Amino acid sequence: MLSEYCFETDVHRELREQARRFAAAEIAPHAHQWDEEEEFPRELYQRFAEVGLLGLGYPEELGGGGGDLGHGYVAAEEIVLAGKSVGTCVGLGGHSIALPPIVKLGTEEQKRRFVVPAVAGEKISALAITEPGAGSDVAGISTRAVRGGQHYVVNGAKTFITSGCRADFVVTAVRTGGERHGGISLLVIERDTPGFSVSKKLHKTGWWASDTAELAFEDCRVPVANLIGEEHAGFRAIMINFVAERLMIAAQCVAIAELAYRESKSWARERQAFGKPLTGFQVIRHKLADMATRLAAGRALTGECLSRHLAGEDVMAVAAMAKNCATDMCSWVCDQAVQIHGGQGYMRETVVERLYRDARLYPIGGGTREIMNEIIAKAERY
Amino acid sequence: MKVMVCLKQVPHQDARLDVAADGSWIQEDNIKFEINSYDTYALEEALRAKDAGEAEVVVVSIGPDRVTQALRTALGMGADRAVHVKDPEADASDSLGKAKILAAIAKQEEPDVIYCGLMADDGNFSAIPPMLAELAGMPSATGVISSEASDTSITVRRELEGGCREVVELPRPCLLAIQTGANQVRYASLKGIMQAKKKPVDVKTAADLGVGEQVGAGAAKVKINKIYIPPKSDQAELLEGSTDEIVTQLVGKIRELGVL
Repeated sequence: MLSEYCFETDVHRELREQARRFAAAEIAPHAHQWDEEEEFPRELYQRFAEVGLLGLGYPEELGGGGGDLGHGYVAAEEIVLAGKSVGTCVGLGGHSIALPPIVKLGTEEQKRRFVVPAVAGEKISALAITEPGAGSDVAGISTRAVRGGQHYVVNGAKTFITSGCRADFVVTAVRTGGERHGGISLLVIERDTPGFSVSKKLHKTGWWASDTAELAFEDCRVPVANLIGEEHAGFRAIMINFVAERLMIAAQCVAIAELAYRESKSWARERQAFGKPLTGFQVIRHKLADMATRLAAGRALTGECLSRHLAGEDVMAVAAMAKNCATDMCSWVCDQAVQIHGGQGYMRETVVERLYRDARLYPIGGGTREIMNEIIAKAERY
Repeated sequence: MKVMVCLKQVPHQDARLDVAADGSWIQEDNIKFEINSYDTYALEEALRAKDAGEAEVVVVSIGPDRVTQALRTALGMGADRAVHVKDPEADASDSLGKAKILAAIAKQEEPDVIYCGLMADDGNFSAIPPMLAELAGMPSATGVISSEASDTSITVRRELEGGCREVVELPRPCLLAIQTGANQVRYASLKGIMQAKKKPVDVKTAADLGVGEQVGAGAAKVKINKIYIPPKSDQAELLEGSTDEIVTQLVGKIRELGVL
């Protein structure tokens, strides 16, 4: 079986071992409980930072642990595999979509105020783009920020915001100018800003341990000092992180499918039917073999794309392919895993039941599979 | 101060274990290995001694090439340097032979404290720590759950049966065999893992250490005849009924066996 990516070295393997040990000891024992409670303890962010996992991929001068996306991805894979809580993993990793625009385009002061405490696990960050009336159509957002002196006055709403219930600051896409792409800016809106509120905690199909919010902004006065990059250049700032985000989603799907496969293999060896283990039946062996094959294919494309991205290639279209390939594979593998588990696979305390629900998000979040196909179609010039 | 930590690399707790075809040991091909869990607590105790003052931490292991990974892990967690005894004869030794190798290293290194895990997850002998202490001429304490060093001695708490604790003071140099759960074992950061690649690993054979004649399969007094998985029995009898009925039946069965 392929159980690693092609770009991995001894350092990645050692990092995997450390992440595995952390997740097995400090996440897995609570995985079911945190999912049921729809929240994991806030202190886990600091613990995650203390052990050097939260800061992976961030520069040392910002308190990060160094390394690149590859290090972050293998650590995330082990967190899913050993922690068995996708919701906790994505909650702890929410910074990876919120902070990159500040790291790449922010001022030194903004990095000190927002990135450093978030990398230390002291502050929770979130990225807010989607609105009740604008999802895949990012350029169609209507949350408006009107500048007056040294403040923007923000009015509007955001929805489906990962970690939004507890976020100390939200990197928010707002309309500062005209219609469509050219009128969007990114503002950091802090939790204690008058006019900012969490209007609703949302209940989801999966990812229960990770909180998801609907946010409201009513005459919310945000200092101009919180503008990330140039005014009206927010769409480009959002796009900067799209490839990394899609590859992270693909890598998460590979990890979830790997976990579902391992759980199924273990169950099929133990579970007896008609006087022999399930692996004694060809139909189950072939089901497992098909799961392993699709998993290997998903890992291979994700790894290939990630290797090229790390080498500096433009992989926008291939990353879209990797996301679609991995998300579809993950959904299928998790469905097969539930089937192999039979009635037990439909029960709430069973890991594959949770994974089956968690998997459903991935063809939607981080760009739907239909938007990914549009990116591929554009690159292929149909 | 210098401290020495003995590490053993054992099959990973998630590894699927099969008995080797000749029944001599488990099949080691294509399985993952990790540091013996008891030894990770010993390493953490040593690293805490380093954190508390000036101490050099030397980690030592016996085994084939794969053991390098365990030593690199320890170096990534903060150990300063490593000694790797890579010698098939050393691998084939019994506990006493391995203790002689470690004692030879201790003679060269002259540590103030040797930290060992109480036992190994795979072999379960618990033999090497007291043997090593004897060969190195050091007092020792086993089942240690905490330690505190002064200039000339070290005070430890030991875990006894029935939840009791015992406080023991040992003069240095000494050997401590650490119990699991004694502390919270730290994690190696990416920076630590990167730095570990540059830390020295000294590779030696038993002959290099002057004990080549005393170790190996030929010198071993304890030999493993075979490893096997006990055959499953179908003689289990399930007792049914209410709790009271089950207890009554169980007492009757025990009486039948003549235990009561």
